[in-house]
Amino acid sequence: MAIEVLMPALSPTMTEGTLARWLKKEGDTISSGDVLAEIETDKATMEVEAVDEGILGKVLVAEGAQGVAVNTPIAILVAEGEDVPDAVAPAQSDVAKNISHSETTAETSSAKDVRPSPLVTGVSSEPEKEWGETSEITVREALNQAMAAELRRDPDVFLIGEEVAQYQGAYKISQGLLAEFGENRVIDMPITEHGFTGMAVGAALTGLKPIVEFMTMNFSMQAIDHIINSAAKTLYMSGGQMGCPIVFRGPNGAAARVGAQHSQCYGSWYAHVPGLKVIAPWSAADAKGLLRAAIRDPNPVIFLENEILYGRKFECPTDEDFILPIGKAKIERSGTDVTIVSFSIMVGTALQAAEQLAEQGIQAEVINLRTLRPLDTATIVESVKKTSRLVTVEEGWPYAGIGAEVAMQVIEHAFDWLDAPPVRIAGEDVPMPFAANLEKLALPQPQHIVDAVKALV
Amino acid sequence: MEAGTNNAQTTGSNGPSLTREQFLQAYQDMVLIRRFEEKAGQLYGMGLIGGFCHLYIGQEAVVVGIQMALKDGDKIITSYRDHGQMLAAGMTARGVMAELTGRATGYSHGKGGSMHMFSREKNFYGGHGIVGAQVALGIGLAFANKYRGTDEVSIAYFGDGAANQGQVYESFNLAALHKLPCIFVIENNLYGMGTSIERASASHELWRNGEPWGVPGRRVDGMDIAAVHEAAEEAVAHCRAGKGPYLLEMMTYRYRGHSMSDPAKYRKREEVDAVRKTRDPIEHVKQILLDSGVDEASLRSIENDVKAVVNDSAEFAQTSPEPDPAELYTDVLLEA
Repeated sequence: MAIEVLMPALSPTMTEGTLARWLKKEGDTISSGDVLAEIETDKATMEVEAVDEGILGKVLVAEGAQGVAVNTPIAILVAEGEDVPDAVAPAQSDVAKNISHSETTAETSSAKDVRPSPLVTGVSSEPEKEWGETSEITVREALNQAMAAELRRDPDVFLIGEEVAQYQGAYKISQGLLAEFGENRVIDMPITEHGFTGMAVGAALTGLKPIVEFMTMNFSMQAIDHIINSAAKTLYMSGGQMGCPIVFRGPNGAAARVGAQHSQCYGSWYAHVPGLKVIAPWSAADAKGLLRAAIRDPNPVIFLENEILYGRKFECPTDEDFILPIGKAKIERSGTDVTIVSFSIMVGTALQAAEQLAEQGIQAEVINLRTLRPLDTATIVESVKKTSRLVTVEEGWPYAGIGAEVAMQVIEHAFDWLDAPPVRIAGEDVPMPFAANLEKLALPQPQHIVDAVKALV
Repeated sequence: MEAGTNNAQTTGSNGPSLTREQFLQAYQDMVLIRRFEEKAGQLYGMGLIGGFCHLYIGQEAVVVGIQMALKDGDKIITSYRDHGQMLAAGMTARGVMAELTGRATGYSHGKGGSMHMFSREKNFYGGHGIVGAQVALGIGLAFANKYRGTDEVSIAYFGDGAANQGQVYESFNLAALHKLPCIFVIENNLYGMGTSIERASASHELWRNGEPWGVPGRRVDGMDIAAVHEAAEEAVAHCRAGKGPYLLEMMTYRYRGHSMSDPAKYRKREEVDAVRKTRDPIEHVKQILLDSGVDEASLRSIENDVKAVVNDSAEFAQTSPEPDPAELYTDVLLEA
């Protein structure tokens, strides 16, 4: 039976090319895998290999021919003793029909009908669980207790990072963990973020649950390829087969007087990425409840701490089972006149501003986002529908920041309720300076928020 | 340097040889990879496979020889030139071809493509498109083996092109430091895309690249299935015994371009032809089998069986539906 050899495409966008040369001639015996010809475009060269066996019965397109359309028959293979058929018109082959069929399918089956609303990310309708008795602990203690509790609870959980074991943590977050859990589960790493992050992600793909401590999140930049390309995307790329239960945590944002390379907020960077969850706690309760939830979560979670908050004390539930849901914001202060949305250390700044505003008769509602992705849009929108005004506050840069996203969500879901344009307060759009006075000027202060609110109401 | 160069460090097939049954199985596995890749190239040319497509033709002895030294539970990870690894690991031709064509029946439901396929069942961990990333991930697989106290090993394949990535050396250090059961397999096909090893690497002895960390290494004729198998057995035994990582440099050659879109101007056709004629790994096994008394008809029967599997996979791929539009939003996150 005669078989047509078709002009192949080097890429799906190629429509025609040059048949550069024939490497077989009429009458040659062909085995599958033999290179028959070479084709070229302006970019690339490709060999045409035989997939079938037979004898090269006829060459239909001569060597050197240019502008040969893809899928044009270029030769006929025949069986031994068989004649070349007369009718060799370059009719569209079955395969070519298949291609156009599949393209049509792709175009007609629009995905728009199934696009979920961005609002479904929030879970604000449920009231937060009451955990009873509290005691005052630092954020550092809260994080330490969270890791210890989860290490006790699940033998698949382990902690790796620089100085996490013998040194007891560069910021003492892992103090005492080596003694309790041993060197197989609390593991010091050399200063090789790219390598050990990849290692941790690989271990997580097998079902282990690593906690990766970055001495600061700035160093996660060394490993960002593994966080995004290896951790966040593998579940999707594997069609749901391979999840990556891992937590990347460490201090984020400006510390004090440590200069540009050690002072920046990664909230917006990581919140941009589907496949990641991003948490930025403020209080000790946030830190403890959300870190436990992050470690139990089957997905990669970025956990953005703040060095300046490590030593701050907050009331925190003492219940052994205390845990908080990811994706739920908290209204830290109720108010009716303006909604201030913030996260991490800036929640404290926003609350200071709210105090000052209250003295001037303006009641601000302060929302602590706690989770940056998925964003609790519902809580924000409900608040703005009450106050009609929005101010966002973050320490990171303004451009394409979290404030920009919050404002856009409000515009999409509560535009008609707004009485004034949203305002964002953010760090200045410069690398962090070292000098004390310049550093202070670069970061949001309570007064900035007070001024912005007063201009709105 | 050429594929399977005979120099002092290159090990030929002088170790314990394979049985006739093993050679027959290897022949079948290698022919399957080659015919599969030829078919993939053909479907690509017809526009049925889009995007990137990196064929394994020429390198078949490497994965088949290594696979023969492994047991259930051993883990495998590789780069984007991954079709051969998947077939050798026992993943089905249907599932792989369907993924190549972006169909719902593919290993990743059409959401991964040529470079991103995985099989939890076969312990195949991808399929990675960032050059060198699979090496750090690969020591993580080995870390998990050790953490769980098993004697399973992990194979991290990478090319000569990846061998100079920084994270590869970070991985050598971590694997040696923690005695991780990881076999690093450098498939040295002499070209990282269009740049020859001579133009890319100040060191041409990649098998020695783990020396500063005490990672033992061997250069192996990667076109000789018995040599590959023997070296793999040694490396696997080393790892299973808890002695830490091992590095194998497989001297091999790819007959096709780096990907389907390749200018083919960086090496001479004569060079490719010479390897095909004198070093072809499949012809090598075929000759051993014929010399051992296997008749042509038996080999032809294997070839026909393989061809049927490959044609069936292409038919299956082309007749499978594309993923449902709702799949766009699934598998981004797991339910907590």
